[in-house]
Amino acid sequence: MAEIRKAESLYDWFDQRLAITKLNKVLATEYWVPKDINFLWAMGVILMTMFGILFISGLFLLMYYKPDTHMAFDSVNYTIMQEVAYGWLWRHMHAVAASVVFLVIYIHMFVAIYYGSYKRGREMIWISGMLLFMLFSAAGFSGYMLPWGQMSYWAAQVITNIFGAIPFIGPDLVIWIRGNFFVSDPTLTRFFMLHVLLLPLVIMATIGLHFYSLRIPHVNNQEGEHFDFEEEAEKYKAGKKKESKVIPFWPVFISKDLFVVGVFLIFYFYLVGFNYEFAMDPINFDPANYMKTPTHIYPEWYFLWSYEILRGFFFPIAGISPFNLGLMGFAIANGVFLILPWLDRSPVVAPAHKRGGFKIWFWLMLIDMIGLTIFGKVPPNHVYLVGNYDITPWFGFTFTVGFFILLFIALPIITMKERKRAGGVK
Amino acid sequence: MREFKILLVLIFFTLLVYWGVEPYAHSKMHHHVEPGNFKYEDLKAINYKGDPAKGKELIVNAGCTGCHGIKAAKMPAPMPKDAAAASFGVAPPDLSDAGLIYDSNFLKHFILNPSHAMLNAKKFNAKKPFPMPQFFGTGGDKNKEVSDIVAYLKSIAPKELSDKETFIAACGRCHAVKYNKWSQLGNVPKFKTKTQKLAFELKLSQYQDHVKKYMGAVPPDLSIMIRARSEEHLMTFIDNPQKLLKGTSMPRVGLTKESTEKVISYLSSVGDSKKAERESLIPKVIGYLIIFTLFAYLWKSKLWREVH
Repeated sequence: MAEIRKAESLYDWFDQRLAITKLNKVLATEYWVPKDINFLWAMGVILMTMFGILFISGLFLLMYYKPDTHMAFDSVNYTIMQEVAYGWLWRHMHAVAASVVFLVIYIHMFVAIYYGSYKRGREMIWISGMLLFMLFSAAGFSGYMLPWGQMSYWAAQVITNIFGAIPFIGPDLVIWIRGNFFVSDPTLTRFFMLHVLLLPLVIMATIGLHFYSLRIPHVNNQEGEHFDFEEEAEKYKAGKKKESKVIPFWPVFISKDLFVVGVFLIFYFYLVGFNYEFAMDPINFDPANYMKTPTHIYPEWYFLWSYEILRGFFFPIAGISPFNLGLMGFAIANGVFLILPWLDRSPVVAPAHKRGGFKIWFWLMLIDMIGLTIFGKVPPNHVYLVGNYDITPWFGFTFTVGFFILLFIALPIITMKERKRAGGVK
Repeated sequence: MREFKILLVLIFFTLLVYWGVEPYAHSKMHHHVEPGNFKYEDLKAINYKGDPAKGKELIVNAGCTGCHGIKAAKMPAPMPKDAAAASFGVAPPDLSDAGLIYDSNFLKHFILNPSHAMLNAKKFNAKKPFPMPQFFGTGGDKNKEVSDIVAYLKSIAPKELSDKETFIAACGRCHAVKYNKWSQLGNVPKFKTKTQKLAFELKLSQYQDHVKKYMGAVPPDLSIMIRARSEEHLMTFIDNPQKLLKGTSMPRVGLTKESTEKVISYLSSVGDSKKAERESLIPKVIGYLIIFTLFAYLWKSKLWREVH
């Protein structure tokens, strides 16, 4: 046990017991981040801010929300939106944050891909990040069910149904997930539990893992430059701040992040007040009605790319039905990014614009996923006709096939060539 | 400079996705429908200057008051609402306000052939006729006679109705607005005893059963319809429901443009009651954030000058 002396001050009293000086150094003032970065490196702090907003607004909503199919809709749309002082504000903030948090997650992901921040020791950062993406997706889906509107109900119906296609256990699994033979009260209550308890807990733990995973390989920089952090940190501490390649998390790194967060929040609150329908679909203001299927069922925008892969196949290939192809594609698409560090066969860590073929691959990948997203919402048939021939399904099909070719064929080939040019694995 | 370029790329792709999943995808989901003009041009103009005095006689002789009340002329409804609904499917409206809220030419055609004007003729046939019979005249020129009736209705109509009164007169016999305590039987009263409450609910439930039998479904509660459909959508829908929802049993009711705007204004005040608060609070929040961002920028510049 450490030797405890008489405290000189309150700070000292705590310091002797909790080592707050040391903790502060480790977590903030001597947590070193590269200096050669741009504002894209602020996405993590924006995400933390958005998670904070989601958490706090969620607490307030939880005080009035009723997880019961007879009361849920009115508890949201009447009690929270109209009766409770500023209830509408928390609801709008929560719904809009849940949607834009995915915009930032996607930016965060594509930044990591662009700068090669997922490999050479940074695999665990990438994997824990992808786990967070999946957990946020689950939280988004379960949360969308809670207002018990038309889209809540039918999205739940469609998505839980997907599990029915799993061989042997599928049909039983669907009933087990729903807690009934169809989406109903027990389904709502269990997704409520997931949304307000289990998922937030696991998300918080995974955020901890994500932050921890940054410690050993350190944050990447704009040029992918590899340097000795301890050496650079010594320079900084010796006062050679301009010469050193690192900055401390507090206050230098965070000062820039706060500025970026400020700009982002201006955009966010504009959406909260004046442009929220993209996140609060009007159809969900119709109460759930199991007798009335909406004309168009579509998920929230951030699920559209994988939804389009689910419905992208429309003719059998190699004797496999389009339905099963879609399901297989959907399952693979949702997991494929976890193995991205191994699909990329090159050891080169550099921004995409310095990586030749990879640069083209990056932009094609981005365009392909945007294409999937847009066509994931456009109705699948009878939109584009050439003469009498319906070419609509071909768009989704092309982007779907493109997605798999890019990830499973193009990326390994391009990066293997790059590895050869770079002289093999060191 | 580089950061600006990155920002532009980011904004470009964000807007591209937004455009694709919102305006573009929605334009492909819903066929474009011309907004309504509330002129009901498919109904030929009946140009007679009606005589209110004759209209007053006609309205009694033609039997209108056998089903309809006219409170403005001190004629109460002949049957209570629930009993009327049991006979007709829905309680016939009181005619006091009809002259104000409905288009005159539409009213004339409506009296002559109700389901033709309402565009729901397909729902009715000889076996299941529309509850209000066609008007074949009382001996004279039936076009002139309906003009007299409409002239009378206009003469007794109030000059002005509030948003809610307009809603009640035009929509309130079929649609409830529970967030404003409106039911198809009227304002939901305060109950002193549980028995009173249950008795009311039973009556309401029976009424809704009649409407359901008549319309095919209980027409939706309109409490937050304003958030579920846009104002433009509702304007077009009320002008001609068949345009947006083919085959719907919602009739074309023939409201004037002004009355429709009042109905929508009422729905907006109930379904989006915090709109004014929202639109005044959020700019203040943004103002605060602009100041915050400026200070953050100054702090950042100061610290980063030391390291660059």
